[in-house]
Amino acid sequence: MARVRGWLRVLALLGVLAVVLYPLVWVLGSSLKSPTEITSNLSVWPEELTWSNYSDGWNYIPGLSFTTFITNSLVISLATVVANALSCLVTAYAFARLKFRGRGFYFALMIATLLLPGHVLIVPQYVLFNEFGWIDTPLPLILPKLLATEAFFIFLMVQFMRGIPRELDDAAKIDGSGPYRTFWHVILPLSRPALITTAIFSFIWTWNDFFTQLVYLPSVESYTVPVALRLFIDSSGQTSIGPMLAMSVVSLLPVFLFFLGFQRFLVQGINTSGLKG
Amino acid sequence: MALTTASRPALTAAAPTPPPKRGRRKNYASRRQEGLAGYVFLSPWLIGLMAITAFPMLFSLYLSFTNYDILSSWEFVEWVGFDNYKKIFTGDPIFWKSVRVTLTYGLIAIPLKLAASLGVALLLNRERRGVGLFRSMFYLPSLLGGSVALALVWVAMFNGEGSFNAFLGLFGIEGKPWINDPDWALETLMVLTIWQFGAPMVIFLAGLKQVPSELYEAASVDGASKVRQFFHITLPMLSPVIFFNLVLETINGFQGFTSAFVISNGTGGPVYSTKLYTLHIYDKAFTDFQMGYSSALAWIFLAAIGLITVVFFSTGKFWVHYSDGEN
Repeated sequence: MARVRGWLRVLALLGVLAVVLYPLVWVLGSSLKSPTEITSNLSVWPEELTWSNYSDGWNYIPGLSFTTFITNSLVISLATVVANALSCLVTAYAFARLKFRGRGFYFALMIATLLLPGHVLIVPQYVLFNEFGWIDTPLPLILPKLLATEAFFIFLMVQFMRGIPRELDDAAKIDGSGPYRTFWHVILPLSRPALITTAIFSFIWTWNDFFTQLVYLPSVESYTVPVALRLFIDSSGQTSIGPMLAMSVVSLLPVFLFFLGFQRFLVQGINTSGLKG
Repeated sequence: MALTTASRPALTAAAPTPPPKRGRRKNYASRRQEGLAGYVFLSPWLIGLMAITAFPMLFSLYLSFTNYDILSSWEFVEWVGFDNYKKIFTGDPIFWKSVRVTLTYGLIAIPLKLAASLGVALLLNRERRGVGLFRSMFYLPSLLGGSVALALVWVAMFNGEGSFNAFLGLFGIEGKPWINDPDWALETLMVLTIWQFGAPMVIFLAGLKQVPSELYEAASVDGASKVRQFFHITLPMLSPVIFFNLVLETINGFQGFTSAFVISNGTGGPVYSTKLYTLHIYDKAFTDFQMGYSSALAWIFLAAIGLITVVFFSTGKFWVHYSDGEN
C-alpha cells in the first residue's frame, strides 16, 4: 500500500513536470517549424528543421536587427547588476552592522518601500526624468539603482550579513580596524554568496523587465529585447509566428543559461528572503 | 534562514579572545565614529529615498489634484481640486471595468496559484530522490513567466489555431480562440499566472522542513489519519508561511502588467476583458498623456493595496500561529 502510494506520488510529480515544461519545449520546437507545421503538427519536434525563422526574426524590423536590441539590453542589464551590487551592499552593511541614530526608523522605511507598487512612482519619475532630458537614454533605468532603490536586495543582504559571526567584526576592531576597514576586509569578502545571488537576480529581472523599458525608451533604436519582441504581435498573421517564437527563444536563452549555472544560488536566495517570482 | 558561512570555520576561531579594557573616552570616540560611518554607508540609499521615492510620491500626490499633461508647459497647469477623483468614480466606466477585472483576476488566480504551490510542495516534501531537480524545474517558470517572450508563447498556444486547440481536437473537443474571446481571455491569463507556482512552492517546501517530525509520530501513535494530521498539524504549523506567501503574492499579483499588456497588444481587450488596473494607469499617462488623472488613479491604487495589507495583518492574528508562543 505504501509502495503504491509512493509510485502514485512520483507519477503525479511527473505529470506536473510535463505541464510545467511543455510550453518551454513547445516554443523551442515550434521555433524550428515551418508556418504550416506550427499549427498542424502536434508533436513538439519538427519534421524538418527550419532555421530561417531565426534569420527572419533577427532582421524582422526593417533597418534594425536584434544585434542592436541585444546590445541595448546587455548594457542596461550589466550596468544594473553592478549598480545594485555596490549600492545595496553598502546600505545593507549600515543596517546590519553599524549603530547609528534612527537606524530602526530607516529600516522600517526601507521595508515599506519594498511593498510600494512601482506604478505609483512611474508618472512623477517620468515627468522628472523628462525635465532632465533623460528620456530615450538608459539613465532613468540605471541611475536609480546606484541609489539603492531595489530594497529587496538590501533586505536579502541584511539577512545574509546577520548570519556572519559578529566575533569577526569584534576581532577586526581589536586589531584596530574602523568600520570602513572592517567592511572592506571582513564583510565584503564574506558576502560573496549574497553578491552573486543579487547579481543573478538583478540580471534576470532587468533582462525580463518590460514596463520601465517600455516607458523610458520610446524610439526603436533604443529598444531592448522585450520591447522589440512586442512588435511581432502587431501583425500576428501566421507568417510571423515562426520568427516571433524564434526571437522569444533567443530572449529566454540567457535567463535559462543563468538558471542552469546558478540554480543553487537562486533557490537559496528565495529561501533567504522569500521573494517575488 | 541565512546562507551558510560554515565553509569558513578557520575565521570563526578568532572569536574567543576577550576584548582588552579600554578607556571611556576612546570607546565614546569609536561609537561616534561608527555613528558617522553609518550615515556614510547609508547615504546613497538616503539620497535615493528622497529623490527617487519620497519626492516623486509627494509630487504625484500634487499632480493628482491638477490637470497636468506632459505636452503643455507648466504655466498652464491648473489646480482642479478633487475633480480627477470625482471623475474617476462617477464618469469613468473603464475605471470600474478595470477594478472588476483586477479583482476577478486576483481573487481567482492568487488562491489557485497558492493552492497549486502548496499541493506540489506537499507531494515533493515526502519524496527523497530527485527533490532538488524537481524543485529547480518547477521554479523555472517563475523566472521566465513574467517575460514578454512567454506572453507571446501564450498568444501562439491559445489563439484559434494554437496548439491547445489542436490538443483538444484529439479528444473531439472543438476549441475557441481563447485569447480573443472576451469570456476566456482573462482565464487564459490566469493560467499563465498559476503556471508560475514555483516561487511560493520553494518557500512552502522550506516551511514544511521546519515542522518537527515528532508531531506526526505522536499523532500517528494516537491514531490520527493523514487528513487529520494535515488539518491539525501541517496547516497550523505552516500558517506563518502561508500568510507570508499570501501577502507577497497578493501585492505582486495586483501589480501584474506585462502579460496582460502584451497578450492584448496594449489595449486590455478584447472588450476590456484583460484591462487590469495597471493598464488603465499606463493608458491614461502614456497614451492620453493625462498625467494628473493618472496620478489620481495611482493614489487610489496605493490606498487599495495599503488597505488590503492592513486587512491581512489585522486578520492574521486569528489564523496565523507562531510556534514560539509569541502572538
